[in-house]
Amino acid sequence: MRPVYVALIFVAAGLLLADGSLSAQHATAFDIEDGGRAFRNTCATCHGPDGDQIAGIDLGRGQFRRPFTDQELVGIIRNGIPNTPMPATNVSEAQAVKIVAYLRSVAAARRSGAATGDAARGKAIFDGKGECSTCHRVNGTGSRLGPDLSRVGQLRRTIELEQSLREPAAEVLPANRFYTVTVRDGTKVTGRLLNHDTFTVQLLDAKEQLRSFVKADLREHGFASTPMPSYQDRLNSQETADVVSYLVSLKGARP
Amino acid sequence: MMMRTGILVFVAAASLQAQVTFDRVLNAAREPHNWLSYSGTLDNQRFSPLTQITPANAKNLQLQWVWQARSLEKFEATALVVDGVLYTVQAPNDVVALDAATGRVFWTYSHQPSPDARTCCGRVNRGLAILGDTLFMGTIDAHLLAIDAKSGTLIWDTVVASAAQRYSITLSPLVVKDKVMVGTAGGDMGIRGIVAAFDVKTGKEVWRFHTIPAPGEPGNETWSGDSWKTGGAGVWNAGAYDPETNLTFWGTGNPAPDWDGRSRLGDNLYSDSVVALDADTGKLKWHYQFTPHDELDYDSTQVPVLADITFRGQPRKVMLWANRNGLMYVLDRTTGEFLLGKPYVKVNWMDGFDHKGRPKRVPGKVPTPEGTLIQPHVHGATNWAPPSFSPRTGLFYVAHWENTGTIVTEGLSPRPVGVNTRQTTMGQVNLQQFFNNDDEAYGVVRAYDPNTLEPKWEYRMNDITWGGVLTTASDVLFSGGREGYFFALDARTGELLWKASVGGQVNAGPMSYSVGGRQYVTIAAGSALFAYALPEGQ
Ligand code: HEC
Ligand code: HEC
Repeated sequence: MRPVYVALIFVAAGLLLADGSLSAQHATAFDIEDGGRAFRNTCATCHGPDGDQIAGIDLGRGQFRRPFTDQELVGIIRNGIPNTPMPATNVSEAQAVKIVAYLRSVAAARRSGAATGDAARGKAIFDGKGECSTCHRVNGTGSRLGPDLSRVGQLRRTIELEQSLREPAAEVLPANRFYTVTVRDGTKVTGRLLNHDTFTVQLLDAKEQLRSFVKADLREHGFASTPMPSYQDRLNSQETADVVSYLVSLKGARP
Repeated sequence: MMMRTGILVFVAAASLQAQVTFDRVLNAAREPHNWLSYSGTLDNQRFSPLTQITPANAKNLQLQWVWQARSLEKFEATALVVDGVLYTVQAPNDVVALDAATGRVFWTYSHQPSPDARTCCGRVNRGLAILGDTLFMGTIDAHLLAIDAKSGTLIWDTVVASAAQRYSITLSPLVVKDKVMVGTAGGDMGIRGIVAAFDVKTGKEVWRFHTIPAPGEPGNETWSGDSWKTGGAGVWNAGAYDPETNLTFWGTGNPAPDWDGRSRLGDNLYSDSVVALDADTGKLKWHYQFTPHDELDYDSTQVPVLADITFRGQPRKVMLWANRNGLMYVLDRTTGEFLLGKPYVKVNWMDGFDHKGRPKRVPGKVPTPEGTLIQPHVHGATNWAPPSFSPRTGLFYVAHWENTGTIVTEGLSPRPVGVNTRQTTMGQVNLQQFFNNDDEAYGVVRAYDPNTLEPKWEYRMNDITWGGVLTTASDVLFSGGREGYFFALDARTGELLWKASVGGQVNAGPMSYSVGGRQYVTIAAGSALFAYALPEGQ
């Protein structure tokens, strides 16, 4: 999993450098985690762990005295607010962007379904009506076809989880791509791509078998779209909120 | 024979990658295309029923693929193969799943051992065990891990013993019914050896056996003072299982401190022994001590080989054992009775056995202030590399060393004998220049008759060997050594049939499997895994 994040961070950093624009919205889970750490280290002494310790300011809910842009927030973090106790900090531009991303994501999480969703109901939907476990594994139960979600609450932000449910194809991690091969007799095998090279391809197929094919023996082969259906119309907003809270609660606790 | 194998392979392919039940592990000989435990079967015969490669065609063997481990450590593991998927380890403690036909990677799982982990002789691992869809691996920081065989994700992680207290695990675990068992290494660093069993589903400990009895338990009186607390007797090589008696068998390591027994007077039970433990309870059923009060580091951590043979005209359930101490043994595995034992190389520390099979010590062959020459060498006549038994030829095949010795000086680490002090060095990854003359240590593969323990034939190498032996149902034997060759011999005559230069030292046992009707044979050498087969269509 690690290389995926590294790649994403490079992309994010690239965006920043290219046009100077800020990409808090495009920050990765890794950036946000980093931002959270920096916030706890540098800011929480005055603003409190939840960002609501200074009267009238609730950073954790995105409640500012006036609506700041990301750029303005980065400015405040780096330069402070003159003539007030809000100090200039020696936080770098990139680090400040991550802190902003963190504050935005915390605020988004509080506004979104996660605040009102019920993880227990979400689990019931996950295992029942949603049929999520026909493709996903959580703490050792469910299918291995889709990504294991045992730690997804630690790896993904609430908005990303919501998006996965509404628009699963919008952002598919490289390690979660699908691939279809057609063998000589016309049988098609689709599965999660584990590895491929010029001559061979390795999949985990729908029956959860590890399969390897020599490309020269295949009629056709190529990438396939994600089999995950959109839940936009299958779950109402309360159910979506419940499932998302359940996913947020999956932090990989193991026996 | 060829026909039968073909049908078996076909049937298996139809039921692709079904769960590996314990029944399958126990009866692995019924599915020749697979290799379901360290030695292929739980009797550790390391005998493949496959017959495509024969003495006649072995000369045509060709390299099919190589897998390079991301490791500069010795590669001591034997892979498992389950229905076309090969599982092995990347030292110290990564697990990889490869396509057995192409060597391409399905997944990798990485365990980061604690910085506390210490091993005496390399950050190595000798392999995995499998049950259901779960792989088991012991780690050098003394954890036991359960890993999903399909996805390569961790299922549970149990701490077996404290790495800070110098416990580690290097052996391949043993699965028996619903338990997975491991032993702990660290005997040279003053641990107190353990064999323990864990629930395969939860990783919870079911039983634990200490290889050194506590005060009040029989055997504790064989340790003077408090020496039992740090007396070693590690367990660091594969165990065996006998379904008829429900016993598991484990070889135990040397007592600590290694080369100086003055602080641990007595026989030092159960160091340098084989212990027979009930698989359900871990209770000791019997033991046999190969080297009482060892001062030469003669670990008895060889792989126990179980065989049903005709011994002196009677059918007998035996255990065959070529020991590091230079002696070879036939024991009754049901009772532990000593049936036969004799030196198989130059041995000068003992001379004969008493009626119970206790070796008679030659006076003076102990460490002295001036130094004493003791044969065989401290690394032994053989060490941990797995031997083979062929039920077809009835012979016990052992790769070992001849002409070795050690100068042991009280309180000091032993010196090898000979001008070239590298004569019996440990296995390494890379090849080395070699200078020994014919009088110095050399390696052999020998075929022994279990009724007499006399060799039928010998294949001689220039250098010693840390490689294991595989035999097949078409009477082909595979082995390799420090010289960096992997070779095939005729199991009936010892004639060299084929060899390949693998460019690194062989520190592992070969194994064989088949995919799509083709028989493969693998060997780890250097830090890579090599797979050979006959050219397609042959
Ligand atoms: C020494 C205490 C202190 C530290 C450290 C501190 N702040 Fe502040 N911050 C304040 C105070 C006090 C104010 C209110 C200033 C004012 O009266 O306008 C403030 C104001 C702000 C505001 C403006 C809020 C608004 O609605 O106007 C933002 C945003 C902010 N801080 C973010 C941060 C961040 C992010 C960090 C860490 C990098 C941080 N602060 C570190 C004390 C601190
Ligand atoms: C038919 C199979 C299938 C079903 C049913 C399914 N998923 Fe998925 N899901 C996938 C696959 C395949 C992926 C990876 C490709 C992608 O991101 O779309 C995925 C991705 C995800 C991700 C993103 C994971 C990540 O690491 O980024 C989440 C979250 C998720 N699914 C949750 C769910 C939930 C919750 C349900 C049930 C409400 C569900 N899925 C139902 C197959 C499925």
